[in-house]
Amino acid sequence: MKIAIPVDEKSLKSNVCVSFGRTPYFLIYDIDTKESTFLDNSAAASTGGAGIKAAQTIVDNKVNALLTPRCGQNAADVLGAADIKIYKTTNTSVKENIDDYIAGRLSLLDEIHAGFHGHGGN
Amino acid sequence: MRIAVLSGKGGTGKTLVSVNLAAEAKTSSYIDCDVEEPNGHLFFKPDDVQEEEISVRIPRVDDKLCNGCRKCVDFCKFNALAYIKEKLIIFGEVCHSCGGCVILCPEKALIEKEKVIGKVQKGISDQVMVYTGILNTGEASGIPIIKKLLAENKRDSNKLTFIDCPPGSACIVMESIKDADYCILVAEPTLFGVHNLNMVYELVKLFNKPLGVVLNKCLEGENPAEKFCLERNIKILGRIPFDNELGMLNSNAEIAARESKKYNALFSSLLETVKKEVQHETTTNP
Repeated sequence: MKIAIPVDEKSLKSNVCVSFGRTPYFLIYDIDTKESTFLDNSAAASTGGAGIKAAQTIVDNKVNALLTPRCGQNAADVLGAADIKIYKTTNTSVKENIDDYIAGRLSLLDEIHAGFHGHGGN
Repeated sequence: MRIAVLSGKGGTGKTLVSVNLAAEAKTSSYIDCDVEEPNGHLFFKPDDVQEEEISVRIPRVDDKLCNGCRKCVDFCKFNALAYIKEKLIIFGEVCHSCGGCVILCPEKALIEKEKVIGKVQKGISDQVMVYTGILNTGEASGIPIIKKLLAENKRDSNKLTFIDCPPGSACIVMESIKDADYCILVAEPTLFGVHNLNMVYELVKLFNKPLGVVLNKCLEGENPAEKFCLERNIKILGRIPFDNELGMLNSNAEIAARESKKYNALFSSLLETVKKEVQHETTTNP
């Protein structure tokens, strides 16, 4: 079972990135083997639709769940079509969020924003 | 001669300035490019309004023909397509209607479908041709509507044309000023106003357009927007007072230049200044 988290650096000690679509890297963490892989997010520099492209990457890596502080509508649509659950991270520590997820302490992300599309946000 | 009127935020007086200048110029064109909330027509109340729907072309997939090669997904610069669980998903509002995916698809699984996003209206008020762009609620981009408005008007390009721009400095404003010969920046006398003025000032400089500033809502005392202009040697075209009479006329959707002697004089002199500036700029920097 694999989970994905947007991260600022290629390290388990990294912080969770505040943005899903434009995060520099994704951590793909295999809960069973405890194996971690870091992916460059090719969507980060997109002119538009970064969330869609980032979500496509997540889907292609066959993860079961995404842990993120927030997520836009288009990305949520892509992830939803692939039956990937989106959980809301509770703090900036990657490690703690993984532990919380395994212990079932994370709740599903229910606030999906409409997207910033050049009108602000980070 | 095309004169774009713009500002960094809404409510500074773009419509006030462009409507009154167009009315003052008598035989002119007024183009409302603020397609998300066009309001110039409320002042002009144009007659003989002709209307045309504007649509864009959005791809549609035939699932039976799509083999999942993802050429379209990889090609799209705006990431308007995704391929999930052996099914192509198309995000219509992200699509910029370039048509590239349709050309690339080796299986001919994509076809283009027209989607109405709004309309343009054209009418007359005295001798002013009034063009209005209207974007349907919920649509992401009004740029195709602005393109149509400006192309429509190109035929009358020998007339003095005032382009009432959308607020801000985003793509939609760039599209509105792209073919302008001159830009009028409308500014408020506050620090916030200066911040917004600076945004559009930088944009217009980037486009290498000649420009001047109209100081709106002028009060007694220091005007930060005026200071900004003086420091940068920006031409101040005119000053409009923060005045109850003007506010009343405007909120009753009256055109001040047509209704009030005082404002007829003010906008007439502003128009002369603008015309002189435009002429000067086009002869020195053609």
